Amino acid sequence: MHLDQNAERPTAAAAIAVEHIVKRYGDFEAVKDVSFSVAEGEIFGLLGPNGAGKSTLIRMMTTLIPLTGGKAIIAGHDVAKDPDAVRRMIGVIPQALTSDPDLTVEENLNIYAKLYSVPRAQREKSVNEVLEAVDLSKWRGAQVKTLSGGMRRRVEIARGLVHNPSIFFLDEPTTGLDPVSRIAVWEMLDKLRATRNLTMLITTHYMEEADKLCDRIAIVDHGTLVALGTPSELKHNVPGANVVEVHFDRETPEWQGRLEQLDGVTSVQAESAGFYRVLTSSGSKTTMQLVELASQLGETVTSLSVQNTTLDDVFVHYTGRQLRDEQVKPAAFTMPPRPGAQP
Amino acid sequence: MNRMFAIIEREMRKFFRSPTLMIMSLMMPILQLVIMGNAFGGKIVGTRVAVVDYDHGPQAVKIREAFDSIAVNLKTFTTVEYRDENQAREDVRTGKIDGAVIIPAQYSRRVYAHDAPRVGFVVDNSDQFTSGSLESEMQLVVDALSAPVIQPRLATSIALEVVELYPYVNYMKFLLPATIALAMYISVMIGGGMLYIDDKARGVHEGYLVTPITKFELVFGLNTAGAIKATLSGICLTVIGSLMAGLGVIFHPMVLLELLALILVTSIAFNGMMFLLMVRVDDPLVPRAMFGVLNTLLFYPSGAMYPIAAFPAWLRAISVVDPFTYCIHGFKAILLKDGGFAAIQFDLLFLFVFGIGTLLIATPLFKRTL
Repeated sequence: MHLDQNAERPTAAAAIAVEHIVKRYGDFEAVKDVSFSVAEGEIFGLLGPNGAGKSTLIRMMTTLIPLTGGKAIIAGHDVAKDPDAVRRMIGVIPQALTSDPDLTVEENLNIYAKLYSVPRAQREKSVNEVLEAVDLSKWRGAQVKTLSGGMRRRVEIARGLVHNPSIFFLDEPTTGLDPVSRIAVWEMLDKLRATRNLTMLITTHYMEEADKLCDRIAIVDHGTLVALGTPSELKHNVPGANVVEVHFDRETPEWQGRLEQLDGVTSVQAESAGFYRVLTSSGSKTTMQLVELASQLGETVTSLSVQNTTLDDVFVHYTGRQLRDEQVKPAAFTMPPRPGAQP
Repeated sequence: MNRMFAIIEREMRKFFRSPTLMIMSLMMPILQLVIMGNAFGGKIVGTRVAVVDYDHGPQAVKIREAFDSIAVNLKTFTTVEYRDENQAREDVRTGKIDGAVIIPAQYSRRVYAHDAPRVGFVVDNSDQFTSGSLESEMQLVVDALSAPVIQPRLATSIALEVVELYPYVNYMKFLLPATIALAMYISVMIGGGMLYIDDKARGVHEGYLVTPITKFELVFGLNTAGAIKATLSGICLTVIGSLMAGLGVIFHPMVLLELLALILVTSIAFNGMMFLLMVRVDDPLVPRAMFGVLNTLLFYPSGAMYPIAAFPAWLRAISVVDPFTYCIHGFKAILLKDGGFAAIQFDLLFLFVFGIGTLLIATPLFKRTL
């Protein structure tokens, strides 16, 4: 579903309601007339490459930067008119690690509990609960600088939850983490949503993260919201059920036309010299035909992969290009060289 | 208010968790006190002065005897015999000797004839400390030789009687007030300026800004913590420096109270000034680059090393608005003169008003958003 931005009207029960929000820096428009709403208990993802305007959006919603235009209502409070009320209702995990590396995990949490005016009687219980929730209880006395990257990120999450917010903003929570730590953070966020009834807004440039975590995703590019829907809705809107990625050993201009004529193919994109992404309704059929065709023409296929449609393809479909910072996926398998072919 | 205390708590925990800051803010001033206090405090001894005697008369012998007396007692210089005046001049120029006394031919006859007798003295005035000291010794010798052999029964010339109000102040004692001010400045520069900008750059402040803390609480929390750190540095250096310089005055309760008051208002003034300078800075390199410039701009015009009365008008103008001036004046008044609150009341007032004034200017400049 391609988004008509004006059609996404905030609902009365929305935890987050953003209407025609704009941010300008001089002549540069970082966020252009974006509207969306997030229901209570929902995990909402803002997906886009670096520089797309995701962080600017989240910073406006969390009162960190003023809005140039439009309106943002967070937990029923207007960000521009009542920023303090908004701050009390939200937990924010910025991109940077904001916990003090010289202080212990517990000291960091206690200080933030005080900054959020958590009553003294409740403070210890609250700190214990969040430490338990992020599985850092036994590290409470460790200085943050001694923890691994994944654990530090969990400290940040605990810090954002120490005052029991109803809405949680996470700006690229897994950037810089190794795959294992990243998955651990995803599992933790999933668990937190289930146990704390949190509404979450996450920005990310990882397709997999958005796909796995989010109930709905908004794709942002160049400050504009280009698509919005559930991951499956977005994928269904992309023509073709499978993506075949094929790499030939040499570039031939005729390949684009030849690939488009194969059965089931809905679109062909030339990614680089000799490398094509083919959207098709039947991956296996197209693959067989492609290999046969290459064999008949005496061309060498150096790699070939078949996948289901991913959010990558959704992004390509709506923006006409891949996520700028994402690398091309590795091939599922590599074709052995044809006997007699030149290396 | 609790949120302000949370900021102070965080800053202080961090401060005590990283003792490097405390040590480094004290190390440089203490080294300065030890090295400069000893380097500049001593008298000139062991220099070499050439004597070129073209007279060889009884009055020339009296001069040489006076020189021998200095060589044995004061030890300011020893003499070296030269026969050639030109060679002596050349050796002064090349640094082989520090000065040359030329006793001209007919010197003794002119003394007896009261015919304007003169003794030449060649000095290397590129080194004013040594040349000044030698000139002063030579003048004493000449004055002694010029005095009548039989003193008149009634003194006819005017004499100046100097009354020194305070015990001898050696250079280390003289330097101590400036050293305390410097330690507090370094503490504020590192603990207030650099750490503040580093925290900002690392995103720690972003964490604060998403909480309901007010601008006032944040500004005053950061500044109170900065002032506490500077106060601790000031107290440490005052105690350590006073013990090193042999100033027992710090053991008097009233003096302690005066010192504490001065340290407190100096901390507020230095911290307010630093916060005003850094309130809109985001680049961590800026405070590092400013460190030396500010140090020179504030320390030297304050009268820390040279009297303000000797400054040209533009430099005096800087010293008037420089908080170092009042801080150092105050410390001198307490530590060297035991002047009491009366001697430092204007310094206290200026520093307090300066500190609060700079904070009041800085607060509206502080951005509650990124």
